[in-house]
Amino acid sequence: MLNIRDKGAAIWENWNRTKRVTFVLIVITIVAFLPYAGTFPATSFLNTPITSYQAVLVYPIAMFVLMALGLNIVVGKSGLLDLGYVAFFAIGAYTMGILGTMTGLNTWEILPIGIALAMLAGLILGLPALRLRGDYLAIVTLGFGEIVRIIALNLTQTGGPNGVVGIPNPPPIFGEKFGLDDHAGYFWVIFVMILLVIWMVRRFTIRRPGRAWEAIRQDEDVAALMGVNLLVYKLWSFSIGAAIGGAAGVIYASKVMFIAPDMFTFNVSVLILACVVFGGMGNMWGVILGACILAYLPERIRFISNSRQLVFGLVLLVIMNIRPDGLLPRKKREKIKQKEAK
Amino acid sequence: MNFSVLSSQFWSLCLQGVALGFIYVLISLGYTMVYGVLRLINFANSEVVMMGTFATVVAEVAILKNVSTSDPLHGFRLVYTLVFALVFSSLICGLLGVLVELVAYRRLRALGTNRLASLISAIAVSIVLSEAARIYTHSAPVTAPRLLEKWSFGEIGGANFRVDTVMIILAGSIIFFALDRFVNRSRLGKAIRAVSMSEENSKLMGINLNRVISLTFFIGGLTTGAAAFFYTTVYETTQFNVGFNLGLAAFTAAVLGGIGNLRGAFYGGIFLGVLEQFASAILGSQWKSVTVFLVLVLVLLIKPSGIFGEAVQQTRT
Repeated sequence: MLNIRDKGAAIWENWNRTKRVTFVLIVITIVAFLPYAGTFPATSFLNTPITSYQAVLVYPIAMFVLMALGLNIVVGKSGLLDLGYVAFFAIGAYTMGILGTMTGLNTWEILPIGIALAMLAGLILGLPALRLRGDYLAIVTLGFGEIVRIIALNLTQTGGPNGVVGIPNPPPIFGEKFGLDDHAGYFWVIFVMILLVIWMVRRFTIRRPGRAWEAIRQDEDVAALMGVNLLVYKLWSFSIGAAIGGAAGVIYASKVMFIAPDMFTFNVSVLILACVVFGGMGNMWGVILGACILAYLPERIRFISNSRQLVFGLVLLVIMNIRPDGLLPRKKREKIKQKEAK
Repeated sequence: MNFSVLSSQFWSLCLQGVALGFIYVLISLGYTMVYGVLRLINFANSEVVMMGTFATVVAEVAILKNVSTSDPLHGFRLVYTLVFALVFSSLICGLLGVLVELVAYRRLRALGTNRLASLISAIAVSIVLSEAARIYTHSAPVTAPRLLEKWSFGEIGGANFRVDTVMIILAGSIIFFALDRFVNRSRLGKAIRAVSMSEENSKLMGINLNRVISLTFFIGGLTTGAAAFFYTTVYETTQFNVGFNLGLAAFTAAVLGGIGNLRGAFYGGIFLGVLEQFASAILGSQWKSVTVFLVLVLVLLIKPSGIFGEAVQQTRT
């Protein structure tokens, strides 16, 4: 079968520095102009029938890409199955909601606090949970996601089932305002965050933590024998993933101005995980593609409005059966080795 | 915090907990059997439960359609209706289990892909099932006809032996012990155990792998369907989203007892049911799932393979 990822990687390796820089700049420019694609006749097929195209671009598309990249560090890079990723998103969102309405802090000041709290939650959950293997980790993280939602539902400080209302929008930066309908601004903010995450993951991948994660993913016992400190690197992977989820939560709460516990159900975790696996676990570009498709598709096919989730499930099922390694799987080299090992 | 219930309702809570526990036991068999054979979480099982509750309602309505009153039934007619609904729900769920295996697992297994791919395809199946049910019922709860007049056999130490409680405990134990005997004594059960020990070697021994795996899904579906019937009989209402919480609790029960281990699922389910009842009586019912998960984390920390250990020694990713 055609492997676009390997082809792409080969072309990239043969380019010199100038070619690479130009390519990246062109891609960034194209993506930055995406919010206006709906207005040009040539690209107007992108328009979504019910919600405005710009709004869809921010949530779910850009938000899903960001979170899927975060979850990819945990699931794809280090092979830890996390079914409760929504918990970190919720923690970020509630940090923004509570601090934003109670204190005078603005979104950019709360962002680091939200990230720190999400990381802390990742550490608290990770310390006991990451000693467990495979499916036990999955069920404990799943439980954690539900616990966070139930706590938010039952505490008075979080507004119970009514949630937090009247969360302030972010203050303008460089003259760009962030109202409820200024979707382009939010898109650019999240796009910058996505670029930062991509840069960070690329740096990690070629350095010590990336190699440690790769070793843990392939075989924990061998990694431990080779002197990889399992718990430390798993905790790193877990809390970096949590931090990205928290950051996404802060921006989300600040954009929609209202959060309630039923926005943070298990379904969100499943959707994000589906983005990662569907796109190609462990391969960032695949994950981005997967998240774009899975976030965009249900919005685009809304004309069959009531049964769109049904169609979505069917599409997911068919594609997993045709391409089980995802749309853009990780490097082939590795897969051949896996087959030999079997 | 309301600790006074501990003295006043202790036995009552225990009895209700055991009855709830039996529902969990039967559902968790659907997880634990599949896990034992494939080492994969059968994610779609929660929606199989949901389908089972609807199958029960359909069966009951089909029998009662000529009855204009909704009075409870009596005598032979009652037994006949209950047994028919139980068998119908079990069979539907069993066949659904086989179907889930066919569309979500078989091809991926043949390709030898990673475990997460089949997890996602199972999730996709559960999305399809629950969405189909949601669209069909217009998200509205469906009420089951009231078959059983809930009279009581009497009280012992404050525990009220209602007829549905007794029925769940008796029928649940019969189903569980029949299954236990089947897996441990019969030839097919031996094949299931062999596959769970080693796929490769059981293939060499002439076991038809696909058939054994289908059979495992079928049996898991049967018990899940029975649980769905008991659930509908007790609560008399169902909705397209009942599967999620039931499935989650049952999976927790399976992990508590040591996933892949039949008897572990039994003790895990009962333990979880009783624990849930006490937690909701003492802390309030909104905190019961939090308590359950805290207990789960503690158990896994102290004894990672579950209270009763796994059937096969180590779980590998």
